[in-house]
Amino acid sequence: MFNEMFSEDRSIRAPYEKVSEWINATGIDRLALRQSEAEAIFRKIGITFAVYGEGGDPERLIPFDLIPRVFGASEWRKLSRGIKQRSRALNAFLYDVYHRGEILRAGVIPEELVYQNEAFLPEMVGVDPPGRVYSHIVGVDIVRTDGDRFQVLEDNCRTPSGVSYMLENREIMMRMFPELFHAGIVESVDSYPSMLKKTLEEVAPIKCDDDPTVVLLTPGSLNSAYYEHSFLADLMGIELVEPQDLFVENGLCWMRTTRGPQRVDVIYRRIDDTYIDPLTFKADSLLGVPGLFNVYRSGGVTLCSAPGAGVADDKAIYVFVPDMIKFYLGEKPILENVQTWRCAAPNDLKYVLDNLKDLVIKRVHGSGGYGMLIGPHAAKKEIEAFRAKIKANPSEFIAQPTLDLSTAPILGEAGIEDRHVDFRPYCLVGKEIRLTPGGLTRVALKKGSLVVNSSQGGGVKDTWILAD
Amino acid sequence: MLSRTAENMFWMGRYMERADATARLIEMGYRMAMLPGSNEMEEWRSVAAASGSAPDIAGEERLNASAVVQRLLLDPDNASSIRSCLNSARANGRAIRTALTQDMWEALNDGWRQLGQMDAETALKNLPTLLEWTKNRTAAFRGASEISLLRNDGYYFLRMGGLIERADMTLRLLDVKYYVLLPETDVVGGGRDYHQWTSVLRATSALRAYHHVYKGDYTPWGIADFLILNAIFPRSVSYCYRSIKRFLDDLAELYGEKSAPQLVASEMVEQLDKIGIEELFQSGLHEFVSDAIDTTRRLSAEISKAYHF
Repeated sequence: MFNEMFSEDRSIRAPYEKVSEWINATGIDRLALRQSEAEAIFRKIGITFAVYGEGGDPERLIPFDLIPRVFGASEWRKLSRGIKQRSRALNAFLYDVYHRGEILRAGVIPEELVYQNEAFLPEMVGVDPPGRVYSHIVGVDIVRTDGDRFQVLEDNCRTPSGVSYMLENREIMMRMFPELFHAGIVESVDSYPSMLKKTLEEVAPIKCDDDPTVVLLTPGSLNSAYYEHSFLADLMGIELVEPQDLFVENGLCWMRTTRGPQRVDVIYRRIDDTYIDPLTFKADSLLGVPGLFNVYRSGGVTLCSAPGAGVADDKAIYVFVPDMIKFYLGEKPILENVQTWRCAAPNDLKYVLDNLKDLVIKRVHGSGGYGMLIGPHAAKKEIEAFRAKIKANPSEFIAQPTLDLSTAPILGEAGIEDRHVDFRPYCLVGKEIRLTPGGLTRVALKKGSLVVNSSQGGGVKDTWILAD
Repeated sequence: MLSRTAENMFWMGRYMERADATARLIEMGYRMAMLPGSNEMEEWRSVAAASGSAPDIAGEERLNASAVVQRLLLDPDNASSIRSCLNSARANGRAIRTALTQDMWEALNDGWRQLGQMDAETALKNLPTLLEWTKNRTAAFRGASEISLLRNDGYYFLRMGGLIERADMTLRLLDVKYYVLLPETDVVGGGRDYHQWTSVLRATSALRAYHHVYKGDYTPWGIADFLILNAIFPRSVSYCYRSIKRFLDDLAELYGEKSAPQLVASEMVEQLDKIGIEELFQSGLHEFVSDAIDTTRRLSAEISKAYHF
């Protein structure tokens, strides 16, 4: 198992020198004290996260661990190239499947995986989004399984959340431990909001003939990621709108303001495809803006991400991302995939059923760490229940080996302890591809646990990219 | 600005002001009930009545401090209790986080859970501290808005909400207490009335300010003049309306368009300028107060109509 801070002989790896010095100089007791201070700050600022279907406190805090996760400059260079490459290929794939479908004709990806996919929207066929961009913010979940081995666990092409934690975690670290940042050894993440705004402005619709008006569309203050929505809108200086604030008239989209209707050009939407427009997608939905999809299709407004972008981050499609990179870019994939068995394929299915106790089983459309089976950690009964589910509907599932995720130090009850971590950077795709040096490190706080999702007891850390 | 944002700003201003005014009202009852010769039950009754949100318990034969504190401070089902006001103000603020500054949000968010688990007995035991805390919360919020919020339409809506609520609270207090200010009670004289008059001033935190302005004894018309017509006392009806009128004018200028509520406000300001306190007493204090309460309600409705919320 790869430990991010300690090498095999327990000496400190180079990127962690500063962190280690700081831990030793501060002392565990004092760090623990500062840890509770940090929590009070989070609470005061109101950085909270709601967990669906758990009841209890609707405004829970995501546990924050003080000890930063660090990447060296050369590690980041490789990651960064790999992430941008992947984001380009995923967008090329989306344009292709909603147009001629060359990659399907060439037999690289089975047709039914795309056309029969729930996330594939026939309404999008032939629509040309500005700049041919479908997924404007690509969140790539990456794990490290060895010193120089990074693997992509999954892609998030719709509206990956968590970027506010990247910004706030840094903010809090700088507020509490300014001395750590004095020497300028850590790359700044401050540029993210302005880069995001620039990206959104770059994809203004053809009918926009002035400076584009960009808004962030949120389902409302009861949504679990509402804090992030308001935080980003605030940092970009754009309106945070709810569906009822928008309406369609004369082929354009408007928001209701105290001075009457004002035109909207670009919508960074944080609501699901099916809730965008009840006239097109979900007739019984109370959410959404009637007629919005038609305005989108006719170039009156841009939706970010494009409806139907989810077909690229499906776990069954994931298997083919390295092939996409070769097919569209003619390049060798820089980041590896995790070996994945598709239960839809008979040979794979047989292998999976024979080896359930060693594998991680995921739902093709699932997210948030729900409905997973982690074979080695599961009781016999659970495994059998999953076996039945897989047999009943094989195409719903994929399987991956239980990965040996790297561990990073956290401040636990017994002092410094090791816990498994992953990493999610946020890649922006407009006219250019931009990547802030940083991302969100999620950490499984339970000893030995491999599940880092905040909805399942995961926490977060500040993530440092060291300057060259 | 989004109409929904304007609406939330307006109501956030109202709720914070109401929490503050309710704290002052309870404080008045608490002080009055301690005075020698006071009728404790009557004092709490007028507190319940003036709050406007407890007409049922105001009519109860046996009313005690605990019931009033429960209803006005803690009751989650009473939309005007201090707890509900602070929660509603926070919910309004949370829905428009981007329109708030970080300082304002922190002032709204800090300690909002505090009243959630408390029972009436505990609250009664710590009443002065809790009321002080409430006033500090609202003052911190107000202060944060003053020093950090851009002076644009959002600020105007926030301030107008607060001022409308404040005018309304002063008027409702007068509505409940007008009888102690009627001229005939002056004939009775004596310590009892003195306490009653000062109670009205106390509920509006005007006891000392009154002295600075009138430099003499408490008289019913002096007090009524102070609370209704005085142009420099920030809780007087006149002051509130003048300020609202100014914000409406600023807003009209910003938007380059005259608005209907401007007319309502300027008519009221004109009336307050013209009428003297003697004339006001002659034509009927109670009638004037009732009319003014109606006008204030109408003004609030006109503002939401004019700005589409």
